[in-house]
Amino acid sequence: MTTDALRATLRPLPRARPFDLTGLGFTALSGVAALLIVVMVAIIIGDIVWRGWGTVTWEFLWTVPREGMTKGGIFPALYGTALLVVLMTVALIPFGVGAAIYLHEYAKPDSPYTRAVRFAVANLAGVPSIVYGLFGLGFFVNFIGASIDRGLGLDVTWGQPALIWAALTLALLNLPVVIVTTEEALRAVPRDTREASLALGATRWQTIRHVLLPQAMPGVLTGAVLAVSRGAGEVAPILFTGAAYFLPYLPKSPTDQFMELGYHVFVLATQSPDVDATRPLLYGTVLVLLLLTFLLNLTAFLLRARLRAALAGRQ
Amino acid sequence: MPVDTPEIRTAMPPVPSPPAAPPDAPPGAPARPGAAPVAAAGTHLQAREFSLFYGSRQALKKISLEIPPQGVTAIIGPSGCGKSSLLRGFNRMNDLIPTARSEGELLVAGMDVCLPGTDVVELRRRVGMVFQRPNPFPKSIFENVAFGLRMLGLKDRAELEIRVEDSLRRAALWDEVRDRLDRSAMALSGGQQQRLCIARSLAVEPEVLLMDEPASALDPTATARIEELVLELRGRYTIVVVTHNMQQAARISSRTAFLLQGELVEYGDTRQLFTSPREKITEDYITGRFG
Amino acid sequence: MPPLQPALNTLAHRRSRRVREAFIAGLLRACAFSAVAGLLLIMVFVFKEALPIFTNAATQKEANFAGFFSATAWQPVSDHPRYALAPLLSGTLKVVLVAMLFATPIAVLAALFASEFAPSRLREVIKPAIEILAGVPSVVLGFFALMVLATWLQGVTHAPMRLSALNAGLALGIGVIPTIFTVCEDALRSVPKSYREASLALGASPWQTAWSVTLPAASAGVGAGVLLGLARATGETMIVLMASGNAAIHSASVLDSARTLSACIAAELAEVVVGSPHYSVLFFLGAVLFTITFLINVAAGFFVDRLRRQLAGA
Repeated sequence: MTTDALRATLRPLPRARPFDLTGLGFTALSGVAALLIVVMVAIIIGDIVWRGWGTVTWEFLWTVPREGMTKGGIFPALYGTALLVVLMTVALIPFGVGAAIYLHEYAKPDSPYTRAVRFAVANLAGVPSIVYGLFGLGFFVNFIGASIDRGLGLDVTWGQPALIWAALTLALLNLPVVIVTTEEALRAVPRDTREASLALGATRWQTIRHVLLPQAMPGVLTGAVLAVSRGAGEVAPILFTGAAYFLPYLPKSPTDQFMELGYHVFVLATQSPDVDATRPLLYGTVLVLLLLTFLLNLTAFLLRARLRAALAGRQ
Repeated sequence: MPVDTPEIRTAMPPVPSPPAAPPDAPPGAPARPGAAPVAAAGTHLQAREFSLFYGSRQALKKISLEIPPQGVTAIIGPSGCGKSSLLRGFNRMNDLIPTARSEGELLVAGMDVCLPGTDVVELRRRVGMVFQRPNPFPKSIFENVAFGLRMLGLKDRAELEIRVEDSLRRAALWDEVRDRLDRSAMALSGGQQQRLCIARSLAVEPEVLLMDEPASALDPTATARIEELVLELRGRYTIVVVTHNMQQAARISSRTAFLLQGELVEYGDTRQLFTSPREKITEDYITGRFG
Repeated sequence: MPPLQPALNTLAHRRSRRVREAFIAGLLRACAFSAVAGLLLIMVFVFKEALPIFTNAATQKEANFAGFFSATAWQPVSDHPRYALAPLLSGTLKVVLVAMLFATPIAVLAALFASEFAPSRLREVIKPAIEILAGVPSVVLGFFALMVLATWLQGVTHAPMRLSALNAGLALGIGVIPTIFTVCEDALRSVPKSYREASLALGASPWQTAWSVTLPAASAGVGAGVLLGLARATGETMIVLMASGNAAIHSASVLDSARTLSACIAAELAEVVVGSPHYSVLFFLGAVLFTITFLINVAAGFFVDRLRRQLAGA
């Protein structure tokens, strides 16, 4: 049959439906899903703010808890969290930034070593936080700590849950974050700048130290702030590596235990003998923790936005 | 009316013979008032059967030429012909490209810089480079020029100041920035930034200046100033300029090399190459038939 | 002005510079190794402490591999300790299933909305909300589930127990939504505009374009997002620890309390004697958890690679 004859057998094409009702329905459904998320966030934050606001005063932040956690404040928990996070950062930044510099400047793209490092970074990020806690207990406390005690002939000093082990566990937990954000920041430095420095006869390290790193600083800071935020919020890794519920003293040495905000919330919420009496303190603590992590995340977000604007402006 | 006259056949008006280039400043005399007198420097550069590969693609095919210590040598050719690759070979900047591989020799002052044992860091101090797009560091003007010196270990502020001023004078930028040395270099205009980059390269006392299309990102006024500067500097340094602008090559250089698809087609005295080139392809290129 | 060269570039200076550069390069290489070392150490030490179950006769009297499947209940603290894996596995399964069934449709649909349909003003509300949610520590979500969600849920379902797999699953789902959303939205946004334009130019409606063109093009990314969410859900501890009731009940009902692998470790490790069979069992659970999440993450990695190839080759 000729094409004309074939075409004559076809039905005419249907006209496009003037109104796609099912499409609109699904679009609305997706909008509802997005709305649902916003509403849930609002409810969660709203409930905590509403019930915790009255408790959070300057006094609350600076005094010690009293009478079985029904009165007083959370200062030791804040202090412990701060100390923990500082120790973590000191341990974390050199390794994280160093690794990122290596990956960006020295690593050959396809060498087995490079691939191993990248594989490790990607998978460290996926390890569950409780497994980090197990690792902290099994490796730092019971292996390294116990070995130090044996080596120095001490009683149980290092071989028990301590500030330093919790800090090191959290440092490993946050290693991927710092490596990834630092590498991102290094990549954002224009190639021209690097070439200009090398062409002047500067060595590789001089170029990194005097030209690349200063320009990548916002990114490094972003990574550090993100790590601090996660360090303050994660509880599972410190459950067995150093956090304690009530200590009559503030931690003074790296072998001491410490009180911590997140851990405090956990214990107060699940093991308080009189839930009603401790509720105000509990809500206040949660609110403080929420505010702290929120402020840190906001700082990281603003830093990142500044980095992207600087990058765009430079092009 | 005869159609096939030579004048109509050419796509562009023929390149006017370059004005008599001003005689090179006698060695030793400063070109700008205030700049310290320096002995005539410059170094012999040579390529011997130099080939460059990016992976399996051959970018340069057995280039052989000699660049005299004094004067400006221009390298011209259409995009992608390998001129930048050749230039970057002399200070081993091609090393930054992972797939780059070379054969043959590139000699600076008689020594082959392609050899694995070459001190590349020292080489790059002696063979300076100015890039196509001005790339000052996001630091102050002073710190930009002082950068190379600091990397060499110079710390004495007084000495740094003297050297920075001298470099800025030689780059014809001192008068414009003397009052704002501490301000950011990014605030300068494009032309000023490029002169700053030249000053930065001059500060570490190179013998050679490689310039990769130094004025292509600049407006005509700034371009003219850069060309003027190149002419001033030529007595003291071996200058090699890559350019796609033939009039520019004719204006500033005493010798010109024409590269096409990785091959050296013709190399010789600039005036002669532009008025009566030996090769037909060269004539086609400079009259605009292609490229 | 004296020339620079003689004073500053003696051969000795050059040699020491080379040594210094090599040293620094080695130092940085060692820093990069810390990531590899960390991962290796985690694997070694978690698996090592679980080993006695397979190698130590004394341990095996109380806890051995066969016993995980033959025991009748999970009762580590009793006169006759029993270590049945089944209640833990079913508990984990229930909680994770509830979380994923809740979170995936919401997150994927919301990502579609945010990237394809929402006007920019709405997008500026949704994206911050997601970022805020992502920043909420899991202990806070667990707290919320324990104090507020459980009560509300019990009111709605009239279940006998406040804390259940459903409670924990919902809270866990909320916690996992940002992960799925972010990866999906990134994938959708990297689909080239030209696809959408071509579809619309043919007369397809915005929804048809999103569903039949954009979403399939980003399918590898959606898959990766879901898998990453799954990995997070499986490994999450604090939410489940606080909201699930922590009773090792082996049943099919989500209204029962449940005990997951992760919460079990967290709940019991505090009072265990180092080196005891219970200790080894808990590390064994950790090893199992590590393996499961590791495999899911590797699978997600394949999907991300496929996405990259899909979008680059297209």
